Amino acid sequence: MTTPVIELCEVSRRHDDGPPAVDDVSLTVRPGEAVAILGPSGSGKSTLLNLIAGLDRPDSGTVTVDGVRVDRLGEAASALYRRSKIGMVFQFFNLLDDLTVADNVVLPARLAGTARAEADRRAAELLEDLGIDRHAGAYPGRLSGGERQRVAVARALMNRPPLLLADEPTGALDTAAGQDVSRLLRDLHAEGQTIVLVTHDLALARSCTRRTVRIGDGRITEDVDSRAAAEAAR
Amino acid sequence: MSALGKVVRSGVARRRVQTLVIGLTTLMAVAAAVLGGTLTVVSDAPFDDAFARQHGAHLSLRFDAGKVSAGQLSASGDTEEVSAAAGPFPTATVTPRADKEGPGWPMTVVGRSGPGRDVDEVALLDGRWPVRAGEIVLSADSPLIPEPGRRIALARPSGVPTLTVVGVARSVTRTADAWVLPSQMPALTEPGSGGYQMLYRFTRAGTAARIIAGGKAVTASLPQKAAVGEQSWLTAKKNAERDTALYVPFLVAFGALGLIMSVLVVGNVVASAVGAGTRRIGILKAVGFTPAQVVRAHVGQALVPAAAGTGLGVLAGHLFAVPVLAEAEDAYGTSSLAVAPWVDLAVIAGVLGLVAATAWASALRAGRLRTVDALAVGRNASAERGRWAVRLAGRLPLPQPVALGLARPFARPARALAMGTAVLFGTVAVTFTVGMGASLGEVMKAKAHDVADVTVPEPLPDFGPGGPVADRPRADPAAVAAAVEAAPGTGKYYSAATVRATVSGLTGIAHVIAFTGDASWGGYTMVEGRWIDKPGEAVVPTPFLTATGTRIGDTVTLGGLAEPVTVRIVGEVLDPRNDGMQVFTDVRTLASARPDLTDTSHHIAVTSGTDVAAYVDALNKDLTPLGATARAGGLDGGSDMVVTLDALSATLTSMLVAVAALGVLNGVLLDTRERVREIGVHKALGMTPRQTVTMVITSVVVTGLVAGALGVPLGVTVHGWVMPAMGESAGLRLPDSVIAVYHGAELLPLALGGLLIAALGALLPAGWAARTRTATALRTE
Repeated sequence: MTTPVIELCEVSRRHDDGPPAVDDVSLTVRPGEAVAILGPSGSGKSTLLNLIAGLDRPDSGTVTVDGVRVDRLGEAASALYRRSKIGMVFQFFNLLDDLTVADNVVLPARLAGTARAEADRRAAELLEDLGIDRHAGAYPGRLSGGERQRVAVARALMNRPPLLLADEPTGALDTAAGQDVSRLLRDLHAEGQTIVLVTHDLALARSCTRRTVRIGDGRITEDVDSRAAAEAAR
Repeated sequence: MSALGKVVRSGVARRRVQTLVIGLTTLMAVAAAVLGGTLTVVSDAPFDDAFARQHGAHLSLRFDAGKVSAGQLSASGDTEEVSAAAGPFPTATVTPRADKEGPGWPMTVVGRSGPGRDVDEVALLDGRWPVRAGEIVLSADSPLIPEPGRRIALARPSGVPTLTVVGVARSVTRTADAWVLPSQMPALTEPGSGGYQMLYRFTRAGTAARIIAGGKAVTASLPQKAAVGEQSWLTAKKNAERDTALYVPFLVAFGALGLIMSVLVVGNVVASAVGAGTRRIGILKAVGFTPAQVVRAHVGQALVPAAAGTGLGVLAGHLFAVPVLAEAEDAYGTSSLAVAPWVDLAVIAGVLGLVAATAWASALRAGRLRTVDALAVGRNASAERGRWAVRLAGRLPLPQPVALGLARPFARPARALAMGTAVLFGTVAVTFTVGMGASLGEVMKAKAHDVADVTVPEPLPDFGPGGPVADRPRADPAAVAAAVEAAPGTGKYYSAATVRATVSGLTGIAHVIAFTGDASWGGYTMVEGRWIDKPGEAVVPTPFLTATGTRIGDTVTLGGLAEPVTVRIVGEVLDPRNDGMQVFTDVRTLASARPDLTDTSHHIAVTSGTDVAAYVDALNKDLTPLGATARAGGLDGGSDMVVTLDALSATLTSMLVAVAALGVLNGVLLDTRERVREIGVHKALGMTPRQTVTMVITSVVVTGLVAGALGVPLGVTVHGWVMPAMGESAGLRLPDSVIAVYHGAELLPLALGGLLIAALGALLPAGWAARTRTATALRTE
């Protein structure tokens, strides 16, 4: 049995006086797994993702990622944790418009203190792998939505994180671009990248992951591993 | 409350930092303006008021009684140019005996039967006018303690019974040091030295030329050289205004700086508020606000805190004015000086008008914006600008947060310019203040002449042509000098003796400082000409030259001594003591006029390596039996005026620096709020709080450095303009050593002061950016 990459134990998070966004959730994700967290708007899936990313802290419970107790980290330690353990892809890309594609991609490495030349080499590799190397000198505003999301994925993979978190990565894309990003995530998973995908798009979840976790009102209502289910059925 | 009122109220409450910045900026501007305006008014009004009220004499002439008769003088009042005349009044110079209540300095006494009315009405401040012989009224400005009841014994003329002080009074043009009944005058007049005083008011007397013309007209019919002294009301006015005049250019400079900064920062804040609230403006217009209402809303948002700041600023200005007006009251010999209500009203109207106009101009753009554009602009800020700077900074071998911060001003050049201007003026203020402090230090040094390592002060003064008349023992200057010269460790050495003398053409007395030995190293700062190098030569301060109408190369005659002494002026020295009425000369100049000088101070520079304390101890063993005591250091202490100016400049500079930092704070805060999502992205990618702080603070580094680099030369320029103006106002010409006070080593830290101001202003928003929760920032649109 391999050590889990993510281990959430009885995690709860409440925003202000509202109902719990995440309510007593326990979840384990193993290395190389691709997990889709499904749920309607307001179900708590983004909060769950933020807790894993160290962007938010639980009111109770523990969050452990790759051996790091994320719920105990301060601001500075959270930043260092994200640099080394996490790659994030957002619905609206969150690229910096005043930086070129290449500069956006090298940003996490530069923040981590990686030498410029080494960071440039890695960025060039990633951009080539993702088929957007011709846009290296362009500004994000010039790219299509799909291309922007590829840039965001390249940036997320820059520091070779053990975990890739994607929050509605196709939510702002048209169908063709969405399928393109879906293929990209599938390929990454096939290469062994652990992925947690937050979406309300069942088709995307099914195309990219084998395991789907449904969440409603902050609680996990279903956790299905399709391969395990198929093997069980056989 | 109306919809507009609600919008204004919510705008003021929501934008607390901008509200605070506007309030503090106007507070500072109003305080500085109230103080500056008040000082300008009181430096002129008290004298003019008193002069009008007391029918001051435009020209006071002193005549030799041996050359002109009282009848001839009475007739001179009938000249066409004269609107009123008083006199002739008998006048004489007397020398009180020195005692513990005052030195025996020569005084001008005038015989008048009453305080007068039509010309030079002497204002009785205390007591009454003399009604019999033996009574005297002292001027409030007399060197003697002006106190009714005290008795004055005269050293000269001798044989005069003791006089009793029955009143204290003041002539607005200071026509005498004391008054007695005319019947008393013969007893106070030494044979052959009697004089008359005539006081004239002219139909036209606004300029020095008119006074000169008036003087010529009244003396035209009199015997030649009958007039032996004169004083114009313009000179008296200048002397009266000298103290407060010193403040005025300084306050005008600070007032102007404050007002310019106020305009800039308020303009910046209001413009920024409009820029940052563009989407809100779109929403307001979408729900039905007219462009005029939008403009009114923004003007209102600026005026509310500005009104609060103005109210507090008036209060602060009045508080600052209290000690300054106390100085002015003393200088003018008046009481109840206060901030003129019209100054308050003018400042309030001016500053609020300024704020309203600035806000109106900025808000006009908001009012003109199309609703759809306003809504769209509010969502998407342009990222086009400054990309070249980002790319360039990214190529530099710098940590990423530093590179990102350095490029930031180029993305928002207008905002960077506004912040830079605020920092620039802050740097100007700091540079100016540092220079002011150094210049005043130089003036003090020149005034104190205290470069000596060791001083043997003179005993309590005892002056007058009659020589020593007090009973206390005297230290023999020659014996003290011998002890000093014999002491091991004595390097350079000189002594200085002071006597008081009259100078023809001057009312009152001048101090004559007579040196034994070379005193040129003693801290005397030359403005022009050279130091004395032989008997018969003298150097004098600028006010002396001005008051006597003399120049370098001219001669003046010193009176009130055993015999008149004529000296040639060879140099102009910086010395504001005694209103500059001083004459520095060699002791041999007074050899026959005052052979008995005993009140001597001794100034010693010890040889290199000598322990001053040990030297003083050793010297005192020899001096104590002689009745003298040596002490380490020079003679003089500080000056209330300098302390007041230093305190004022420190306070005003702190205010300007605070406003500059507030301007930066406002700009950086707006910037970080605009970029909150971008900062969130950085943090999501692993930017630590420390790196965030570094990025935000670095974003003002370029601005601070450039503003500092420009602010220092500007501050030096302002100082170079204000210092001579201050000197001129006080009747002094300042030498280069006082004006050129900036040295290379000081300029670099001053230039870096701009960076410090910028960093201080950015610190708070940087902390806020570092603390912002990433998830919240990422959700922000």
